[in-house]
Amino acid sequence: MAENFTIALAGNPNSGKTTIFNNLVGAKEHVGNWPGVTVEKKSGTIRRDDAQIEVVDLPGAYSLTAFSMEEIIARDFIVEERPDVVVNIVDASNLERNLYLTVQLRELGAKVVIALNMSDIAEKRGVKINAERLEKLLGAAVVPTVGNKNRGMDSLMKVALEVGRGQKTLCEAPLRYGRELEEHLSELEKFLEGEKEIVDKYGAKWLLIKALERDDIILKKLGALPVWPGLSKALDQVEGHLRDVYDDEADSIIADARYGFIAGAIKDAVRRPSESRLTMSDKIDKIVTNRFLGIPIFMAALWLVFKLTFQIGEIPMGWLEALFEGISGLFDPMADGALKSLIVDGVIGGVGSVLGFFPLILMLFIAIAILEDSGYMARAAFIMDRIMNKVGLHGKSFLPMVIGFGCTVPAIYATRTLENKKDRLITLLVAPLMSCGARLPVYVLLIGAFFASRPDSFQANLLTGIYVLGIVLAIVMAKVFRKTLLPGVGAPFVMELPPYRMPTLKGVLLHTWERGWLYLKKAGGVILAVSVILWALMSFPKADNAVFESKLGEVEKVHAQRLKASGVDAEAETLLYTQTVADLENAMGSRDLEASLAGSIGRVMEPFIRPLGYDWRVGISLLAGFAAKEVVVGAMGTIYSIGSEEDEESLPLREKIGKDPKYSPAMALSLMVFTLIYLPCMVAMAVWHKEAGSRWKWTIFLIVYTTVLAWVMAFGTYNIAPAFGVEKASEEAAAENEEPWVEYLKVPEVDDALKAKPTQQDTGENTALTKDPQSVAGVDIETSPNINSNQ
Amino acid sequence: MTTLNELKPGERAIVLKIAGGGESRRRLMDMGVGKGVPIKVDKTAPLGDPIDITIKGYHLSLRKEDAKNILVREVKNG
Repeated sequence: MAENFTIALAGNPNSGKTTIFNNLVGAKEHVGNWPGVTVEKKSGTIRRDDAQIEVVDLPGAYSLTAFSMEEIIARDFIVEERPDVVVNIVDASNLERNLYLTVQLRELGAKVVIALNMSDIAEKRGVKINAERLEKLLGAAVVPTVGNKNRGMDSLMKVALEVGRGQKTLCEAPLRYGRELEEHLSELEKFLEGEKEIVDKYGAKWLLIKALERDDIILKKLGALPVWPGLSKALDQVEGHLRDVYDDEADSIIADARYGFIAGAIKDAVRRPSESRLTMSDKIDKIVTNRFLGIPIFMAALWLVFKLTFQIGEIPMGWLEALFEGISGLFDPMADGALKSLIVDGVIGGVGSVLGFFPLILMLFIAIAILEDSGYMARAAFIMDRIMNKVGLHGKSFLPMVIGFGCTVPAIYATRTLENKKDRLITLLVAPLMSCGARLPVYVLLIGAFFASRPDSFQANLLTGIYVLGIVLAIVMAKVFRKTLLPGVGAPFVMELPPYRMPTLKGVLLHTWERGWLYLKKAGGVILAVSVILWALMSFPKADNAVFESKLGEVEKVHAQRLKASGVDAEAETLLYTQTVADLENAMGSRDLEASLAGSIGRVMEPFIRPLGYDWRVGISLLAGFAAKEVVVGAMGTIYSIGSEEDEESLPLREKIGKDPKYSPAMALSLMVFTLIYLPCMVAMAVWHKEAGSRWKWTIFLIVYTTVLAWVMAFGTYNIAPAFGVEKASEEAAAENEEPWVEYLKVPEVDDALKAKPTQQDTGENTALTKDPQSVAGVDIETSPNINSNQ
Repeated sequence: MTTLNELKPGERAIVLKIAGGGESRRRLMDMGVGKGVPIKVDKTAPLGDPIDITIKGYHLSLRKEDAKNILVREVKNG
């Protein structure tokens, strides 16, 4: 018969807990979240001697107070789920502080097996630990392990199973907290004698210790008991008495007592060299956090992370792009239509944008895993905390903000290094204000279109200015959020600077893969769905392009005739023909977009964005920009009938936008500001929603705040710009070329030009559409008054 | 008697008491900052805050605003 066991892994951060979990469970792990919170939960089932063992990795914690989510999760799991054994991973080279958690696990009544981890490092430092003696003193089994060398895992599991089965009994070693405190505790225990249910669950002593520590959660539970009035009075008395005797609060007396118990055990079972030599880690720290070198080294590390993420991440991104182009190409033979468009533009495009970010995310996670596992992340926070503290943030907020200059999606993931909920949320809220790489094409296009005549330095200043604006806004908003929405201090910056360690390849890769997989699983579906919705908005309903279609047929016919006619310069004709067809198709694309739901939304938006200098066409572009910010440029291209393949360097697009009298330099500035601030792209939004705990309240807040801020800032820019010599629009109507076929079908003139000599009449049934005789083909396309005047 | 933020890098002291309240006091206690515990200030961060101390054989960093709440008795070197 198979037995079922549950083993919980508990331990301090940096104790090597994750490595041991990976050693034990390996690829069989399951990553999810603890119910209701964003804290990651890892577990996995393994088999050993006919037993099914579920291994649950509890969040890393130094203590079991009610102050942090991680600690509450850990203690609730031990109390509610009653794991058969708690394996407590302890850093042997840092015993005293690590055993503080061990003592609290015992207070909870857990059966504890201590993994005396990194025992090799301790040994090297000359620390001699008598494991047998420690077992007796602590009342827990002790197994030496070296996690990163995969040593001691077998005996750890063996002992854990023995303890779980009751084959190995743990020594009776009551936790002794000094006579004074013990007397008070047994005095108070009398109150709980009748409360069997709660005492069986938590243990009387633990409840009373927590009550003296003023633990909110436990006080609430005790407050519901009938004995509470009497107990409450007695607790007050004990606190008063302790204050008289020790001149200190009950909670610090208890903490001191726990450390006292640990000190006693260590004195008995551990021999340490008296003089403390400088360790390797201390030597590294002398350089890395040096007064003069600290910041340059930090900058260099940051630069490396950036390079690794974006430069190397770009290579597989290119492969993926080519792959998706190839897949799209497979559908070329399919007849044009809604289905093909759905597959190519909607689905393949959507999957492409999900996977397009994947290399970036993996690279960032590799970089973060190395920084964290090596111990440098804590130093980075140590170095940057002064600056971030001024803004009301934590030193660890710096990294996500910088990553944001590359891409908002990995920046959102990078906030995971922040343990405190409030710090993390504020960082999440302001990180999208860092101008990501996808916004750059929009700036380049607009600067090129409207400020090309200004000196280069002016253009460069504009570009720098927009980035600086993002940083300033992030700082201001972080302060505002800290003061209003999430008041109070963030996590106290009381942080361990763990010894430097060599990250292991296995650890880094596993970590990276876990996170990457989570992105695909959690965000992938949403992004795909939004992408298809956006596609539908931009595609339906179609415009009535009957006139264009028939003209396209006409143009094709004339093309065939001209090629057949003698003396025609075939090359020039083909060039002219191709251009005309492209113009026609682009014009149809533009009309389709205008007629689509997105076009209607653009028109509905117009009254709201008019004060910013935009018309409905900019509205559509902004809507399209939700798919990805750089799409704003492509959408502009479509709207201006130049085709969606245009990029920011495209001269025709620049010229068209720049010459459009509806737009002005002031509007361009306002649009740059709006693009910087308004809501992040759909991929970032999907990831943001998951990472902020899938709480709609916060996601909607992000949408509202970014939109309002974008509007206000863009409005201000549009109206202040003229004061700086950047003029607003003149309101005359745009002249548009809506009949791109006209020039091509000017039969006699074009034919003449192509032959470059006088010719016979064309025999086709075509008639010139205009009586205009002047132009020669291939030059500029003139405007024609009105589309309805044809035929 | 002085407070921890007044100590210079290299100086040693014994903790007397953590004043103030709330989460940072609790966190300091959990990390081993308690009555009678010897500590040594190792360095300050390049920008002057926070500080890095050695306590119970490991490195702990904390802001000066929190160090201000830790009453210590200075111990002369040697």
